[in-house]
Amino acid sequence: MSVSVENLSVAYRSHRGDVTAVDNVSFAIADGEIMGLAGESGSGKSTIGNALVYLDPRMKTLGGKVTVDGKDLPISNNNAMRSRRMTEVSLVPQYAMSALTPTRKIGRMINDLLRSHRVKDRDQVLAELKRRLELIGLKDDVLGKYSFELSGGMRQRVTIIMSSLLNPSLLVADEVTSALDVSTQRAVGEMLLEFRDRGYIKSAIAITHDLSILAQIADSIAIMYAGRLAERAPTSVIVDNPLHPYTQALLASLPAVGVRHDQVTLTGIPGRPPSLVNPPSGCRFRERCPFAFAKCTQTPPFSEISPGHTVACWKVSDEHAAAGAGQGLSVKEQA
Amino acid sequence: MRRYLTRKIFTYLLAFFVGVTIDWGIPHLMPGDPIQGLVSRFNVGSSAAYSALYTQFAKSFGLDVPLWQQYLNFWKGVLTGDMGGSIYAPGATVTSLIFSALPYTLALLVPSILLSYVLGNRLGAAAARRKYLDNSVLPFGYLLQAMPYPWLALVIAYLFGPVWHLFPIAYGYDQGLVPHFDWAFISSLLYHWFLPFLTVFLVSLGGWAIGMRNLVIYELENDSSRYLRALGASERVVRGYAYRNASLPQLSGLALALGVVIGGNIVTEIVFNYPGLGNLIFKAISNQDFFLLQGIFIFVVFGVLIANFIIDLVFIAVDPRTRLSMQGAAA
Amino acid sequence: MSESISAAPAPEVAATGLPVGPATATGPRKRNDFLYYGLRNKKLVFGLSLELVLVLVAVIGPMLAKYPPMEITPFPLQHPGSKFWLGTDLTGYDLYSQLTSGLRTSYLVGALGAGCAALVGMALGFIAGWRGGLLDELLQLLTNIIVMIPSLVLLVVIGGYLSSKSILFEGVFIGLTTWPWVARAVRAQTFSLRSREYVDLARLSGKRPVWIVVREIAPNMASYLFLVVILLFGSSMLLAASYDFLGLGPSNTASLGWTLNQAQQSAALNYHLWWWFIPPGAVLTLMVFALLIANVGLDEVFNPKLREQ
Repeated sequence: MSVSVENLSVAYRSHRGDVTAVDNVSFAIADGEIMGLAGESGSGKSTIGNALVYLDPRMKTLGGKVTVDGKDLPISNNNAMRSRRMTEVSLVPQYAMSALTPTRKIGRMINDLLRSHRVKDRDQVLAELKRRLELIGLKDDVLGKYSFELSGGMRQRVTIIMSSLLNPSLLVADEVTSALDVSTQRAVGEMLLEFRDRGYIKSAIAITHDLSILAQIADSIAIMYAGRLAERAPTSVIVDNPLHPYTQALLASLPAVGVRHDQVTLTGIPGRPPSLVNPPSGCRFRERCPFAFAKCTQTPPFSEISPGHTVACWKVSDEHAAAGAGQGLSVKEQA
Repeated sequence: MRRYLTRKIFTYLLAFFVGVTIDWGIPHLMPGDPIQGLVSRFNVGSSAAYSALYTQFAKSFGLDVPLWQQYLNFWKGVLTGDMGGSIYAPGATVTSLIFSALPYTLALLVPSILLSYVLGNRLGAAAARRKYLDNSVLPFGYLLQAMPYPWLALVIAYLFGPVWHLFPIAYGYDQGLVPHFDWAFISSLLYHWFLPFLTVFLVSLGGWAIGMRNLVIYELENDSSRYLRALGASERVVRGYAYRNASLPQLSGLALALGVVIGGNIVTEIVFNYPGLGNLIFKAISNQDFFLLQGIFIFVVFGVLIANFIIDLVFIAVDPRTRLSMQGAAA
Repeated sequence: MSESISAAPAPEVAATGLPVGPATATGPRKRNDFLYYGLRNKKLVFGLSLELVLVLVAVIGPMLAKYPPMEITPFPLQHPGSKFWLGTDLTGYDLYSQLTSGLRTSYLVGALGAGCAALVGMALGFIAGWRGGLLDELLQLLTNIIVMIPSLVLLVVIGGYLSSKSILFEGVFIGLTTWPWVARAVRAQTFSLRSREYVDLARLSGKRPVWIVVREIAPNMASYLFLVVILLFGSSMLLAASYDFLGLGPSNTASLGWTLNQAQQSAALNYHLWWWFIPPGAVLTLMVFALLIANVGLDEVFNPKLREQ
């Protein structure tokens, strides 16, 4: 397993007390896998993605373990993490548009980063950098430019190149397509795939609220709601057979291309996500869930319904248990 | 870049125009008659003699022609450098008085501005990253900033002069010496220069340190700083980038602060009886020498505009965005 | 260079580099949030308390004086003691009386200056920021020009010709030379706020511009404006002190600058009459210092990024 996250909880300090933004989340990503992490604003997807690379000083971990390539990743220890950043885990931030400093040329920035990491044979790395720039259609005179001289799409791609330059095992891409037009979105999505295929990055987490992009580039998708994981499955399974009520509602609310308003009305999910300052007990979706029943006041465990498909929902796991029992019965009967 | 410069130059020219107009206009709009003040000094008895003297003075100061012509004459004077004769020092031209006072003022202003700017920036940047430094630099800087120039000048003069007997507190040089290019004179110059320089330096220092500290803190929380950290850059690198980014608005702040420093300079010179432009202004006010006052005003405005222009040039050299002004995008 | 940061408020108290614009102009905040942080902010509490003490001295102090400030007592050159708390000067003025009255004058001039600058600056800044276009260009030109001319020198040229010198004049003129700082800040904020969603919403629902300005824009701008005006208050006081020191201020009312002027003219330095010139400036320093510290604290309250966790 390339990346393994076990029972990770992250909170941030506020004057009203600690607010748990990520609650007991576990998942694993295989080598070469791109996992999509989707959810609404405030679901915790950005928090957990960023925490894996750079834990904001205002945040702290409440428990859990992260392993990358078999080695422990000390995400709460800033000093220990420094040498791991960019080399083992790397981040393409949500604020990529303003992430590049306005007073230094791009090439100079990259050079300074390489020197910070005490990279030997810098020339080799720089040569590789130029090759990659060419690969995605950017001329290497980009290195002599300032960030404000580049368009939004170029900036996004340059940040991805910079973040993946030292071939990290895990690349966290936070909302890399959100600020772009559709054709550039496609180009950036393809760039991620290409980089993964060529081995520039081993695995990636693509954080977004846009499921349609994930359908294109992700191998598996994890859905987060109110700080917890709701469902995780390979992309095709999520798209064709979503089990968690929240996932189903999400997919149902996506407009289909070509369908007009008078044919099908858009449905949303009524209500709002719960406040994380004082979250409700049990399943956090139960107040908006059409299938909620008495058991939902207890926190549903993240159970594996079928290989690679895990869901945190009482209805789903109960039905699955019943079906399993039923099957066992019929087999027994047949015998 | 060209657009940026043209705009700036246009603003300067306009400012100069406004400055000259204000300078000319104020005496004419104000109640009070300079000629009357002058003539009354002569204590002339008969009214006939009084009016004769009045007309004579009015003529010699060019005040007997219609207003618009006076305005044009004024411009002529400004552009040719002839600002008329001084009332307080009869016989000397305004221009000559200004030019003999100028070196002293420049000797105070230039080193103190440069030094306080550079040191203040370093101090502020250092305070931005070390908590214990911040806790002492911040209140110290604000205290300095809060001190009225005349008071600080008086306190410094008092401590270093009558109390500790370390430095002289009056005049530009030892009044017993004759201006001469020898070491005795130069050392006397420096000796007398030090305290006024220290005063102007100290008050400005506080402001720069605080300004830089705030800017650096802001930059350290910036998206670009966060990104660099996320990519594992050493804190040293991050700081260097933050400092560089913060220097730009600081530089624009320099241009804006010039007016204040000049004001402080004037007051300091008066306290130390230092023979610069500030002292000259004081003498002009005390003696109601309006022509001298007008001349100095124009000169100061001119100087400030030149200084602003120089800073603009430096800004272009330092800020890539201004240098590479994109088509249509605002700088 | 972001024009917003260069809108450093108040000349005499140089660039404090307050981050303007999007950083501070966040959406409407809860009142209790401010109060909570405000009361806990050491700088704000310290600054406000100190300032309050000084204001009290300014209000009550003169009432406790034995002699009016401008009355010549028959006891010149007295050291500070039980009879004259701050001693007397060469002429025989009661220096305690002068100090406390001078405090009052300083506060008055400071308030006048800041108030005048705020009024003019807000009006012009609003108009320029709201309308944009030519009006905005003109205002920018005007502010750039006025800012470049050194305030004290301008005041000297104006004041040098004035025959009547009153506190009112002084305050108003100081305000007229320092309003550009307010105008810049207001314009920058109006600009950035005017294109915010809630303003567009108000516009769409047909509200009149004045309503929009008052109900939507002003509250968001209030915090930053408040900060600027506080700084302007302090800088007006300092400017007035220098102005009075030059002998251009009213000579029938006691002012701190005037006392310093008298001290300097009478060679108080050489005669070691420290009680003449040290207290007035020291008190003025404290007044401005308290304002500055309170200002920093207030900025931290309004702007969470600066808060130390």
